[in-house]
Amino acid sequence: MSAIPLRTIHDFPGGVHPQENKEQSTRTPIAIPPLPARLVLPLNQHSGAPAQPVVSAGEHVLKGQLLAKATGFVSAPVHAPTSGTISSLEMHPVPHWSGLEESCLILLPDGKDEWCSLSPIEDYRTAEREELVERIHDAGIVGLGGAGFPAAVKMSSRKASKIHTLVVNGAECEPYITADDMLMRERAAQLVSGIEILQHMLAPEQVLIGIEDNKPEAIATMEKACAGKAGIEVCTVPTKYPSGDAQRLIWLLTGKEVPNDSRSVDIGILCYNVGTIVAVHDAIVHGKPLISRITTLTGSALSRPGNVEALIGTPAEHLLVFAGIDNDTFHTLIQGGPMMGHTLDTTAVPVIKTSNCFIAGTAQEFPAAPPAQACIRCGLCADACPIELLPQQLHWYAKSQNHDQLQHHNLFDCIECGACAYVCPSAIPLVQYYRAAKDEIRTHKARTEKSERSRVRFEQRQARLEAAAAEKEARRKANAEKARKLKEAKAAAATAPEKSEAKAEAEADPIQAAIQRAKAKKAARAAGTDSPAKPAKPARPQLSPKQKELKIQLSMAKAQLKKSERALPQMEEGSPEANKLKDDIALVQKQLEQLQTEFDAASSAPAEAPAATEKPVKAKKPALSDDEKKRKIELAMKKAALKKAERALAVAEEAGSDQVDTLRQARDEKRQALADAENTGVQA
Amino acid sequence: MALIRQTSPHASGKNHTNHIMRMVIVALVPALFVQMWFFGWGALVNVLWCSVVALGAEAFVLTLRKRPLAFYLKDGSALVTAWLLAMAIPPGSPWWLTFVGVSFAIIFGKQLYGGMGQNPFNPAMLAYVLLLISFPVEMTSWLAPQGAGVDPMGLTDSLQAIFAGHSIDGWTMATPLDVVRENKSLTMAELWTEKPQLDGLTGIGWVWVNLAFLAGGLFLLKQKIISWHAPVGMLAALGVMSLLFWNGTGSGSHGSPIFHLLSGAAMMGAFFIVTDPVSGATSNKGRLIFGAGVGILTYIIRVWGGYPDGVAFATLLMNMAAPAIDYWTQPRTYGHRKPKRGMAKSE
Repeated sequence: MSAIPLRTIHDFPGGVHPQENKEQSTRTPIAIPPLPARLVLPLNQHSGAPAQPVVSAGEHVLKGQLLAKATGFVSAPVHAPTSGTISSLEMHPVPHWSGLEESCLILLPDGKDEWCSLSPIEDYRTAEREELVERIHDAGIVGLGGAGFPAAVKMSSRKASKIHTLVVNGAECEPYITADDMLMRERAAQLVSGIEILQHMLAPEQVLIGIEDNKPEAIATMEKACAGKAGIEVCTVPTKYPSGDAQRLIWLLTGKEVPNDSRSVDIGILCYNVGTIVAVHDAIVHGKPLISRITTLTGSALSRPGNVEALIGTPAEHLLVFAGIDNDTFHTLIQGGPMMGHTLDTTAVPVIKTSNCFIAGTAQEFPAAPPAQACIRCGLCADACPIELLPQQLHWYAKSQNHDQLQHHNLFDCIECGACAYVCPSAIPLVQYYRAAKDEIRTHKARTEKSERSRVRFEQRQARLEAAAAEKEARRKANAEKARKLKEAKAAAATAPEKSEAKAEAEADPIQAAIQRAKAKKAARAAGTDSPAKPAKPARPQLSPKQKELKIQLSMAKAQLKKSERALPQMEEGSPEANKLKDDIALVQKQLEQLQTEFDAASSAPAEAPAATEKPVKAKKPALSDDEKKRKIELAMKKAALKKAERALAVAEEAGSDQVDTLRQARDEKRQALADAENTGVQA
Repeated sequence: MALIRQTSPHASGKNHTNHIMRMVIVALVPALFVQMWFFGWGALVNVLWCSVVALGAEAFVLTLRKRPLAFYLKDGSALVTAWLLAMAIPPGSPWWLTFVGVSFAIIFGKQLYGGMGQNPFNPAMLAYVLLLISFPVEMTSWLAPQGAGVDPMGLTDSLQAIFAGHSIDGWTMATPLDVVRENKSLTMAELWTEKPQLDGLTGIGWVWVNLAFLAGGLFLLKQKIISWHAPVGMLAALGVMSLLFWNGTGSGSHGSPIFHLLSGAAMMGAFFIVTDPVSGATSNKGRLIFGAGVGILTYIIRVWGGYPDGVAFATLLMNMAAPAIDYWTQPRTYGHRKPKRGMAKSE
C-alpha cells in the first residue's frame, strides 16, 4: 500500500525546467484515427539488427501476422497492424535523424481489420519464465519510451534473475509529450496487469512507478489502481528535465548509480516504460503482438492536438490531417519532444514503435536558432548537466578537435539530453558539437583500427614471403652441396688432373663471350672513330662510357660463368663431350682474355688521351637500329634454344638414353646457328 | 512545403550573454554612486570616457578583423571591461591614462586573443597592471574622500583635471591601505585618530565603496549571473590570511581582517573580478580554488609586496593557473567511481 509516500526522492544534479506545453494534448481522450490508405512498416524500428521479411509482395496477410522475423539476439520482429496485401518492399523515408531512407514493407489494408488466430496465455502464473520471455520477444515489443531496445533482451539476461527493483517509467519529462500520461490515465488496469506479469517473471522485491508531479491525474489513477497490490509503489518525483531518463529515474527512486561500463540490470534494477508494460500485458493476456502505440500529436500548427492510438506504419501526414493541421503555419515537424526529438524532412514518415510524439510546430513556436555567440565559460551548462560533465570544456575541445581531452572529459558519457544547450546564454548548439565529436572519434578509431589491421596483414605477408625465399635459398644450397659432393666423388674416380683446370673455363659460354667480344669491339670502334668534342670531366676519368660498357660486359661474362657452373657437372659426363667442351672453353678463355685486355687498354686510355666522353656514347646509342635490335633478340632466342638443347642432352646423357646422339646433333646445329647469327651481327 | 531541419534541443532558455553583461553593469551602479559621493564627479567621467574608448577600440579591431560591428558591440563585454577598469583607477585620472588603459585592455587584452571568450587574462586587470607599472604616480593619486577635510571635486574641476591636465594635487590623499602599509611608528589607534581619511572600520568612503560592491555582488548571486564559489573562496582566503597573520594593533600591524576585507579592491575583486568566467577556472570546485588563490596572493602582495593593493596582480597570477586548476578539478561524472584528473593521456 503506497498511500503515504515515505520514499526519499534522491535529487539528481543539474536539470532544467523548460516550458511544459503538455496541457494542449491532454484535453481529449485517446482517439482512434481512421485506417490509412497504406501502412509503411520499416524493418528496423528498434535498436539492433533489422528484421527479415517472411512475406512476399502480393501476399495477403491478416492483422497480427508475422511480416518480418527478428535476426540475431538484439532484434525484434514486425507484425501486420491490420489485414491487407503486401504491395512491396521499398526504400521509404523513416523517422530517423539522418533523414535517410530505409527498407519498409508496404501494406495496403483491405479494410476488414481481420485478426489472425491469437494464442493468449491462459494463466501466466503457471507459465514458465522462458516461455513468457519468448512471447514478449515474439510480440515484437521494444522500449516504447524512445530507445526502442528489445524488451525481451533485458529480461533474458542471466543477471535478470537477481533483479531486486523494477522501475516503471512514467516520468515523461520531455515537454509536449503526453502519451504516457494519457496511457496511465486510461489504461491503468492493463498497466498494473503488465506489472504483475513482470513481477511474476522477475520476482523483484519492489516495483517503483515514477511519475513527475505535473501529472496529478495519472498519479491519482495509478495510486487507485495499485491500491492493495503488494510490492508496487507509486512514487511522485519533482518535475525536472531529464528525470524520465532511465538512469536519472533510477537515481531519483533508489539513489543508486549505474556504473558507466554497465547496465542497470548489473545492479539488480530493470526499468521499463509504462507503454512497454501495457504491450507486455497485451502480448501475454491477449496474445497480441505490438502493432499500435499511443502517440501524441501536438504543436501549434494543429487545431485538434491530442493523443491517438496509431497503428504502427501509419504515415504521419494521415495523423496530422486527423489532428487538423494548418499547412499555412506548419513549419517544423519533430518526432519526440523538443529537447531530444529530431526534426523530420517529410510528413511521409510512418509511426514506428518508438514514435511517442509528433510535434507540428509553427515558426513562432520553433524559431530558427539565433547566431551563436562566443562561449564565455559562464558554467551554466555545467550546472545544468545531469551527469556532471563540463560542457563548456567539451565544447572547447570539440572545436579544437582535441580527441584525447574530449575522452578525458567523458564525452561518451554524454546522454545528449540538451540541458546544456537549453541554458546556454550564447545559444551555442552544444549537443550538435558533441554528436559531431563523438562521430569524429568513432570514425577516427575505426580508421586507426583498419590501418592497424592492414599493417599487421602487410607485415605477416612480408614475413611469409621472406620465409619462402629463405626456404628456397636453403633448398638451392642443399642441392648445390649435393652436386658438389657427387662431382668430387666422380673426380676422384676419374683422376683426370686437367679436369680441374677445365672446370673453371667450361663455365663460360663461348657464344656469350663472343657476343661480349663483339660488343666490346663495336664500342672500341665507336670510341675510336668519333673524336671527342671536349675532354672528359676530370672528376670521373675512370668512368668513360666505353669503360663502363666493357665493365658491364665483363661482369655479364662473369655472371654467365657462374650461371653455367650449375650445369657443369652433367656436361662433363661424356668424355667426347668433354673434349669438345674443352676446345670451346679454350676459345672462350681466349675471348675473355681479349675482352679483359681491351678493358684494361680502355681503362688506361683516359690517362693519355681522353678517348671516350659522353658524346660518343650519345652517337653510339642511335646506332642501335631496329635491325640490330632484331638481331639481338634473334641471338637471345637462339641462345635460349641452344641452352635448352644442352640441358636435354645432359639429361639424356645422365640417363644413358639412346637419343644422346640425336640430341647432340641438334645441339651442335643450334650452336652453329647461333655462331652464324653472331657472325652476321658482328659483320653488320 | 519545406520543413525546417534543425538540431535538438528545439527549445531554449531565456538567458542571453548580452543580458549577463547588462546585469553586471547594473550591479556596478551602486558602487559607482558611492564612488561619486565620496570622490566626486571624476568617477562618473571616468566610466563614461572609458565606455566611449572601449567601444571605439572594439569597433576598430572588429573592422580590422572584418567582423559585424553591431553583433559584437551589442554583447556588452567591452562595456563591462571599461566599467571595471574605470572604477579601479583613481577618479580624476587624466584622459590619456584611461585611454591607454582601456585601449590596451580591449585591443591587447581581448581582441588580439580572438575576442570575447578567448582571453586568458582578465582584460581590465591586465590594463590596470600595465598602468600601475607604467604610470605609478598617476595610478596611486587617489582623491581624498568626502569627510576627510577636503571637499570632493566638482564636475568642472573633474573635467579640467581629466581633459585639461589640471593638477589634482590639492585633492589627493593616501588611501587607507597605503597609510597602514607605510606606517612604521604609530599604533593603529593613533593612526586612526591622526589620519583624517581613516575612520570607523577602515577608512572614510572605502567601507561604503566596498559595501556597495558587495551589494552589487549579492544582486548578481541572486540573479544567478555568478556562482558563490569564487567570491567565497577569495574572501575566505583573504579573511583567513589576515586573521592568521594579524599581529595586533601595534605600529607594525598588518591590519585586521575586517580592514582587509573592506579595503581597496577586496569586494570589487571578489564579486566582479575573480568571477570573470572567461579567464577564471570553470568548474565550481576550480572556482573555489581560483578565488582562494587570489585571496591569498592579494594578502601577500598587500602586506609583504611592493604595492598597496594586490588584487590585480593576484588575479593575473591565478589566471595563469586557471587551466591547470581546471585539469585537476573535473567533477566526478555520473557512473564513474573517481573524477578524472590532470591532462588527457595521448593515445
